[in-house]
Amino acid sequence: MIVIPEEFKIACLKEHRELKSPVMMLFAADERASAGTFALRCVFLDRKNKEWAIVQTNLPAEKPAFPSLSKDMYSSILFEREIKEMFGIEPVGGLDLRRLALHNEVWPEGYYPLRKDFKAPDRSGNTAEKFNFTKVEGEGIFEVPVGPVHAGIIGPGHFHFSCAGEPIINLEIRLGFTHKGTEKLFEGHSPAQKIGLSECIAGDSAFAHSFAYCTALEKINGISVPGRASYLRALFLELERMYNHANDIGGMATDVGFSFPAALASIIKEKILRLNDALCGSRYLKGINIPGGVAKDIDRKLVIEKIKPIVRDFNELKNILYSNVSFMDRVEGPGMLRKKTAEDLGITGLAARASGIGIDLRCLFSEVHTTCGFKPSVEETGDALARLTARINEFEESARLVNFIADYLPDGNLSSPAEANKQGSAIGCAEGWRGPVLYWVSVDNKGKLDRVKIVDPSFKNWAGLSFAVLGDIIPDFPLCNKSFDLSYSGGDL
Amino acid sequence: MFNILKNRLLKGVVTEKDKEIEALGTELKKQIFNKFGRAFSFREVDTGSCGACESEIISATNPIYDISRFGVHVAASPRHADALVITGPVSKNMLLALKDTYDAMPAPKYVITAGNCALNGGIFKDSYYVENGVGNILKVDAHIPGCPPTPTQIIISLLTFLKNL
Repeated sequence: MIVIPEEFKIACLKEHRELKSPVMMLFAADERASAGTFALRCVFLDRKNKEWAIVQTNLPAEKPAFPSLSKDMYSSILFEREIKEMFGIEPVGGLDLRRLALHNEVWPEGYYPLRKDFKAPDRSGNTAEKFNFTKVEGEGIFEVPVGPVHAGIIGPGHFHFSCAGEPIINLEIRLGFTHKGTEKLFEGHSPAQKIGLSECIAGDSAFAHSFAYCTALEKINGISVPGRASYLRALFLELERMYNHANDIGGMATDVGFSFPAALASIIKEKILRLNDALCGSRYLKGINIPGGVAKDIDRKLVIEKIKPIVRDFNELKNILYSNVSFMDRVEGPGMLRKKTAEDLGITGLAARASGIGIDLRCLFSEVHTTCGFKPSVEETGDALARLTARINEFEESARLVNFIADYLPDGNLSSPAEANKQGSAIGCAEGWRGPVLYWVSVDNKGKLDRVKIVDPSFKNWAGLSFAVLGDIIPDFPLCNKSFDLSYSGGDL
Repeated sequence: MFNILKNRLLKGVVTEKDKEIEALGTELKKQIFNKFGRAFSFREVDTGSCGACESEIISATNPIYDISRFGVHVAASPRHADALVITGPVSKNMLLALKDTYDAMPAPKYVITAGNCALNGGIFKDSYYVENGVGNILKVDAHIPGCPPTPTQIIISLLTFLKNL
């Protein structure tokens, strides 16, 4: 749906209310060369019709601006900040217009990287500017800044706690430390060349990202994926979920100082990584997806043989955790993310399902999953335990699906023949282990990528973490953080 | 408690008895013993990696590879580290933090890059927001190749680095 700029806000709010969907994507594209305007698109999830609802408006090339949506629809706020810093398009009346990824300290004002006529500034760094953290004032309030370099082997982020006594009364998370200008790197290249880049958006979701990217390309070119390839993709997607969930469950045990199950979980993770390697030659499932299908076939007997001991180990892990009173006491309660808060922030994926929002793209867009009788795991309480339980349930469901698919795998081609790239645009999606990975891909009339917008679930879910820890104590923060387990790179792009 | 005990007894030692890793590890241990006095500690800094390198460095410390049995330890602070292991192509936002972390280390200190991005920017090379690898900022003493480097590769590269030291 294309509307005039004045009606953009009303149209978006209407979709938001009718579809009961948060903003899934809100992004701009520089279409000044072809249409003389900046295009602004807002994407909602239409669960009933199993499709994406897009509201588009075209903004003038001179002084582009649009009325901010964030007061009426809070889930748009991060996207608006991103549009402002990347395109210089003003969300008029926005609640927060501070920069996200291009830090004030290093990037001078007035350089908008995603504009087509962007030229890098001559020098960066030492701009003498500062980031304004939210100030909490009052007697006895103290601040604890943490990061960007942390004590563990983990990505960089800055956590700014304001505490009164022990409880956290505000947490501001400043990210952007892993910003690499990824979206710009896609532009101007042939789509098939950049699959490798999509696998490096979030290294632990390599498959989900390349899957979503390839789905978008297939939609643009009108290619259908052969049955065997669809099943193989679903299988790899579940394997990726399994090794990451095992890693997270182990991480939560580590963060409460319970090292035995943590070690057991890392053994499970290593076993799955080795299975991945044996199946496709890549521990992180890279190099499998191609537009039109998959590049590699698997040995199904190997899957069935190897998954058995993994499931056995996982049952042991589950028993150890659930039967340990002190562990359960630690995970029950902290990191409470209420359903209303999650809805307002537009939290997606596993974190949303643990707070009672039962949306899983596998039920909506994956035929394979519906055929296999996939059941999403939804928890109601929204605390760290709910996310742990959701992960445990998803791991078990994934193991069942992997077994089922390996057993059932239909014969046929691995991919449809490649065709010349058509002009067009489409949304590709995949339910990765963190949540929905979304790609908007637009190809120009020369068959080159014009704009690629990526939304990793981490982008919005970080805000969920900063609300979830309120009222908890700092020693519980690592546990809460791990229960979300978000990607720095995926959020910062 | 009973679950843990049962699991522990039934599983036994899971650490890899792979001949290649054992041989490499024994050599590594000898080198560390001679040159660093029992333990070689490194601090990891992510300057914008996608997360896969971190995942593999963690894998190298899991019970199957268990590099700490050869004397390689991960330090929580740069003050306790002999070397920095740096991943990622160095995002402009991490430049200052990387330099500060390096300055916080006591001499003698070494810099090791892990993964293709840290070498020259890798797949993110020539983006507007990356510094195209660590070599443009700090003097690099060794490199662990791969995207991401496997745990075995990490052990091999650390051994080569220590041998040449």
